[in-house]
Amino acid sequence: MPDENKLAKSKKRKQAVAFGIFRILTYSIVAILFIILSFIIYKGISVINWNFITQMPTEGMTKGGIFPAIVGTLCLVAGSMIFAFPVGVLAAIYMNEYVKDGIIKKIIKQMTNNLAGIPSIVFGLFGMSLFVNKLHFGDSILAGSLTLGLLALPVVIRTTEESLKAVDNTFRHASLGLGATKWETTRRVVLPIAFPNIITGLILSIGRVSGETAPILFTVAAYFLPKLPTSIFDQAMALPYHLYVLSTSGTDIEATRPIAYGTALVLIIIVLIANLLANGLRKYFGKKVKMN
Amino acid sequence: MLSGTVTSLTVVLIVIFLFKEGLGVFDKKPVEDGYVIALNKNNPVQKLSSEQIKNIYDQKITHWSELGGKPDSIVLFRLEDISNFYSDDEIGANFEGLPNCINRLIDSLPDIIAFFPDKYLDKNFKGKQLAVDKISFKEFFGGKEWFPTAQPSAQLGVLPLILGTLWVSLGAILLALPLGLAAAVYMSEIANDRVRRIMKPLIELLAGIPSVVYGFFGLVIIVPLIQKTFNLPVGETGLAGSIVLGIMALPTIITISEDAMRNTPRAMKEASLALGASKWQTIYKVVVPYSISGISAGAILGIGRAIGETMAVLMVTGNAAVIPHSILEPVRTIPATIAAELGEAPNGGLHYKALFALGCILFLITLFINLTVEFISNRNKYNKH
Amino acid sequence: MNKIESKDVNFFYGASQALKNINIAIKPNTVTALIGPSGCGKSTYLRLFNRMNDLIDNTKINGQVLIDGDDIYAKGVNVDSLRKKVGMVFQKPNPFPKTIFENVAYGLRVNGISDKKLIEERVETSIKQVVLWDEVKDKLKKSAFELSGGQQQRLCIARALAIQPSILLMDEPTSALDPISTAKVEELIYELKTKYTIVIVTHNMQQAGRVSDTTAFFYMGELIEHDNTKTIFTNPKIERTQNYITGRFG
Repeated sequence: MPDENKLAKSKKRKQAVAFGIFRILTYSIVAILFIILSFIIYKGISVINWNFITQMPTEGMTKGGIFPAIVGTLCLVAGSMIFAFPVGVLAAIYMNEYVKDGIIKKIIKQMTNNLAGIPSIVFGLFGMSLFVNKLHFGDSILAGSLTLGLLALPVVIRTTEESLKAVDNTFRHASLGLGATKWETTRRVVLPIAFPNIITGLILSIGRVSGETAPILFTVAAYFLPKLPTSIFDQAMALPYHLYVLSTSGTDIEATRPIAYGTALVLIIIVLIANLLANGLRKYFGKKVKMN
Repeated sequence: MLSGTVTSLTVVLIVIFLFKEGLGVFDKKPVEDGYVIALNKNNPVQKLSSEQIKNIYDQKITHWSELGGKPDSIVLFRLEDISNFYSDDEIGANFEGLPNCINRLIDSLPDIIAFFPDKYLDKNFKGKQLAVDKISFKEFFGGKEWFPTAQPSAQLGVLPLILGTLWVSLGAILLALPLGLAAAVYMSEIANDRVRRIMKPLIELLAGIPSVVYGFFGLVIIVPLIQKTFNLPVGETGLAGSIVLGIMALPTIITISEDAMRNTPRAMKEASLALGASKWQTIYKVVVPYSISGISAGAILGIGRAIGETMAVLMVTGNAAVIPHSILEPVRTIPATIAAELGEAPNGGLHYKALFALGCILFLITLFINLTVEFISNRNKYNKH
Repeated sequence: MNKIESKDVNFFYGASQALKNINIAIKPNTVTALIGPSGCGKSTYLRLFNRMNDLIDNTKINGQVLIDGDDIYAKGVNVDSLRKKVGMVFQKPNPFPKTIFENVAYGLRVNGISDKKLIEERVETSIKQVVLWDEVKDKLKKSAFELSGGQQQRLCIARALAIQPSILLMDEPTSALDPISTAKVEELIYELKTKYTIVIVTHNMQQAGRVSDTTAFFYMGELIEHDNTKTIFTNPKIERTQNYITGRFG
């Protein structure tokens, strides 16, 4: 039998070393995140001002603002959510409240997972061949929104499903017991309780959609279009694509760098706001639900 | 209710559209529609593969004997060479004499190979048109060269792209796995609740940063850093791609394996500690083995994420479509190829269909990954009772 | 000398007191049953003996817990060695995701024993002690999850015995088992008594009656009565004990 105290000491030492390494590695991930964020904030903050946000790009995109890209992204986010949110929520309700456990539910689940796993560039290909070519929408906000909407669908469905699952069954039974129909129960009891979490999901998918580039490359994005879209059949600029263009194929890469930093910062800010908002809502409503 | 099946419907539609276009590539010839390749009628060579045509025009093959013909050197002819043989008068101001000129030229030179638009094919053409094979599976998947805009014969070998994709993703996962697992262990087993509450949203944020921002960051920071460190002509390399993808794969790996570890029954950990094991021994002897299927699911999904990622890779890997030999060379992945080339590929053409075929490959890879993960997490071999 | 002794033990989860002034003395080679309604503190009390409660944040203990006369909560106590001396068996069978052999060898390995022969010997003796050897000797290399629930629980007891403790703590060891497996485990407890001091928490009054020498009745964090099992079940001194045992509450 080895010496007990010596053994205990060596165990402690090994544990301290291992935990120390894990801690360092974990903190290095945090450091990476902060390096990325602070670098872009540091470089971009001086670029961002009112004019940058509200003006057209000028002089081969080396001067001026990114207004049309912001508007384009807003249009795309709005368009994709108008499509994905109702469809996704309905799909989740159907899945969670109506379909019984079994092979069909399993298949639908698997398909949703598969859809979520498809790379965004494949969505781009699909959007191009279906919306742009087959349905003759052309490169347009409509085609881009629908493509992005499909991409966001699994996110919306999953978060909605989770929030519905979190609703205690006693609420449903109580309502049904009072003679309400299933749909009435869902609409008047389940949905209001699940609503805050559903909204959280919506916000997160907005964050996701506003940063996607690959799906809009061939469905809507314009390289340079210094005017605002007037209809859903217009092409539009978009922030992520704009950043891509600025950083890889601008007419004068060095001169466009500041604008690129600014654009990256605007994108980051959108994502940050979405995340903070979602987290805040989660906490706020989490407390509220507990209080009830 | 239609909405319930909307995801299934989308998947099916994606499959239909992708494969309809993608499989069309095997119905096409590598020589562009509207062009012909012709030989002198006495040349015994009947058929050439796409690769052979390319090598002829690249002058890597210079004698017909290499192709089973006569031991003479090959005479190359492209349309723009016509003025070396005939005067402007003979060709005519509106090229009305051109078909005749080409006809005579081919007839007169026994060792010629000519590439020209079929509208200049003479009615009484005396040469013979070369039969060109359709693109074959073997050529597509085994070809070592991707040059879809090559004239006269496009080269559609996806091997360098597939290898490039795997290469970059493998590098990414090798970087991300140790980091991600360490973080998962730290968050689920070591850190206290307060640290965990801070870490969770940070990891979520890491997942939320758009890929184009990662690409931009890679381009302005990592690429120059690699160039300087390794003293390379360009910093856009497979390594740059792996680093950026590795960072992007972290949240997936962390979230999924942390969940898995946290599902280890408390009683099992207590049993280990009650036997005198330290916390660390408990982690690597009990917690990790117990949650190994969840951890592998996380790793595989991380790879999937890396394989499918487009923009960041496109921006930092340099996009040379060659089979990579080292991580310090530019490589090109499948998604990056699609993103970079689809804009220039004419709708419905060979190149367009080839890119859709790439999309199919990508789709199949990710589908395979998803199903593997599903299989692993359903196996649940430790919860039989 | 008493094997285990607790003197004025108070235990707190944060601000709430879970145990109040517990004084118990347990003699070697006896079986002591801890009974009482859910939440009475009996499991918490059991987990004091191998310092399992240390794992829970924000807990506090005062008073003394003596094992073989030494205060296990004194400064400088080697918790690993303590836990080697005090084995524990849990409510549900919880084998590790390892082979049957490795499950039993686990405690030896984490305590720095690497002698292959010694490990094999110990594993065999321990499994024989729990009367499982004939059932598993041909599949030692198979996963422990392939055993039935009752076999798994006996394996977990063997796992605890392999590091040669002198005390065995059992936290409702049969609550997840069928009656036949339960009977086997109870029989085992009776036999193990000759070599170990056993403390068992149980919900099952009959079980306490069958296996234990002394019984301690806990209620709301207090020790109401501790006496010979026979006395507690037939002639308790305190009315509340009587009420509990006869099923009037709890």
